[in-house]
Amino acid sequence: MTAARARVRSALATLVLAVPCTLLLYGFLAAESEGKVALVLAGATLAAALGWRTGLLGWAVRASGQGGLALGFALSGLALVAAFHEDPFVLLLLARALIALVACLGLHVQLADAGVPNFAGAAFFGVGGYTAAVLGKGALPHAVVLLACGALAAAVGSVLLLPLLRTRGHYAALITIAFGLLFRTFFEVNESLGGPQGLKLGGLEVLGFHFNDDRHVLGLEWSGYAFYALAALALALAALSLVRRLERSWLGLALDAVRLDETAAACFGVEVARWKIGAFTLGNALIGVAGGLSAMMVGFIAPNNFTFQESLVLVSILLLGGLGNLAGLAVATLIVVCLPEKLQPIQEYRYLLFSVLVVLVLVLRPAGLVRRTARRSFGSAAA
Amino acid sequence: MTPAPLLVCADLTRSFGGLVALDGLSVELKQGEILGLIGPNGSGKTTFFNVLTGLYPATRGEVRFGGLTLTGARPQAVYRAGITRTFQRSRLCLELSIFDNLAVGAHQQLDHGLYFNLLRRRALARQADATATAARELLEIFDPPLAARLFEPVAGIAMIGRRRVEICRALISRPKLLLLDEPSAGMTADETAHLMDDLLEVRRRFGDLSIILIEHEMSVIARVTDRCVVLNYGKKLCEGTYAEVSTNTEVRQAYLGLA
Repeated sequence: MTAARARVRSALATLVLAVPCTLLLYGFLAAESEGKVALVLAGATLAAALGWRTGLLGWAVRASGQGGLALGFALSGLALVAAFHEDPFVLLLLARALIALVACLGLHVQLADAGVPNFAGAAFFGVGGYTAAVLGKGALPHAVVLLACGALAAAVGSVLLLPLLRTRGHYAALITIAFGLLFRTFFEVNESLGGPQGLKLGGLEVLGFHFNDDRHVLGLEWSGYAFYALAALALALAALSLVRRLERSWLGLALDAVRLDETAAACFGVEVARWKIGAFTLGNALIGVAGGLSAMMVGFIAPNNFTFQESLVLVSILLLGGLGNLAGLAVATLIVVCLPEKLQPIQEYRYLLFSVLVVLVLVLRPAGLVRRTARRSFGSAAA
Repeated sequence: MTPAPLLVCADLTRSFGGLVALDGLSVELKQGEILGLIGPNGSGKTTFFNVLTGLYPATRGEVRFGGLTLTGARPQAVYRAGITRTFQRSRLCLELSIFDNLAVGAHQQLDHGLYFNLLRRRALARQADATATAARELLEIFDPPLAARLFEPVAGIAMIGRRRVEICRALISRPKLLLLDEPSAGMTADETAHLMDDLLEVRRRFGDLSIILIEHEMSVIARVTDRCVVLNYGKKLCEGTYAEVSTNTEVRQAYLGLA
């Protein structure tokens, strides 16, 4: 097959994948009654089942290749932002989902790659948020502030390294739970950081561009949240690419070896502690950056936004999507972040429905929506 | 003058609480030699491997390997010095492919830099290709059909295949000393004979690889080892060629309870 034909095939596969996904997402986000939401969900389930049975889904994913999938994700995101350009509610939801995806990618490196549990995801998200609140007021450019959010979350996480390296499994999980609880209490009693009332933030501003302002571009009236959604999309794409490359390299392999059998890994020269530290730090940095952007977008943070429950939601996204599969992770993030918002009119029952969904997935697909598959070659034949 | 031995263990001791699992063992190994390690269950054979590879720190004693002192060394340092091993119960990563498992074995030959792995993707792909070639060559010796299944998960491969993959994982870094912990466990007589042929073949190809072999199958010991050490209750009972050892009264007593 010539290079040109391969490119056409990849583009075609990307379209086959991206167009129905975008349409379904559009329908889901635009739906205003629970009946319509249910209809779209049924449609999505049917489409996924059909695609799976006929092998079309598998073909499209394989034929798109990495570049194709990233492009499809980006185009789909752009199309959705353009379609909802003046609907702040939907745009905010979209941006929140994308930011949650970045945070979950961080958790993914920790839990699914290195096998280090982190039940304090919301706390590291919060470190990013508070960093943005404190540094965002100063003269630092906000791009640097966002990096600082990641750096500080990683630095705070290093406090946990020593106990985490000495424990495994449930015990390690307990340490992170304790940290998450301590974090919240610390910010509640710390008056200089706003105490329980929290802090207000100004919006994101990059090179004189204020993300908060609504503006007139290309003959359309754009809500400020459209720009946040685009920033979140860019960040999510960068994080996806980073984690994907990490997993399909010797680095990902070393992390796999550490997660699956520390003793055997050590006998083949793998510096177990070093790899766990690296994965935990990188994961927290991603969560921190996501937290920083989120705080700037929402404009307000308080300790109550970063509870243990929020950490659990992040972990449940991981379990729902399937550990070790980024596509499943993206789908699960959308479901967990967006579905409760869409089911708001039936307030009382939405957490019940959500719980039923989680239980169903755990019973029917214990490995998550999409199973982990053995790493394919990243040699030149696969590139 | 005889060359200096490759491995010298002096008075190696390891106790767990009151139990002395390895009791003052002194062993020497020449370069290129195959040493059989035999003894009843619980006589300290695997403990010896675990102490040698740094999984358990020695309570007392000394290990010298080549020019290095490996006493108290961590497993990673032992690997870098050129000692690799297989485990009594397979410790492959089942959900990873054969290739991935072998690449873990080749850890020290691979570039783990952030810049190289994340941004120099072409160079990384070339390194992956070279590693795949090396993995195929090695698998061809033991089990040609496995070479064709390089990117399949180990979980789908039969027990005998897994053991061969584990041996390949230990060989791909071109170690100077290979420690084999009961490679024939669970194999038929034919499979065992085949495996031993392959090991002798590997040694022919890889020059002066030395091997320490824990084995209960005496036909294997008789066929491939140059020398044997018999352990009992963590102590060295006797040492010599298989012919010498197998006629030793103390050994027969330990194994068979004969007077």
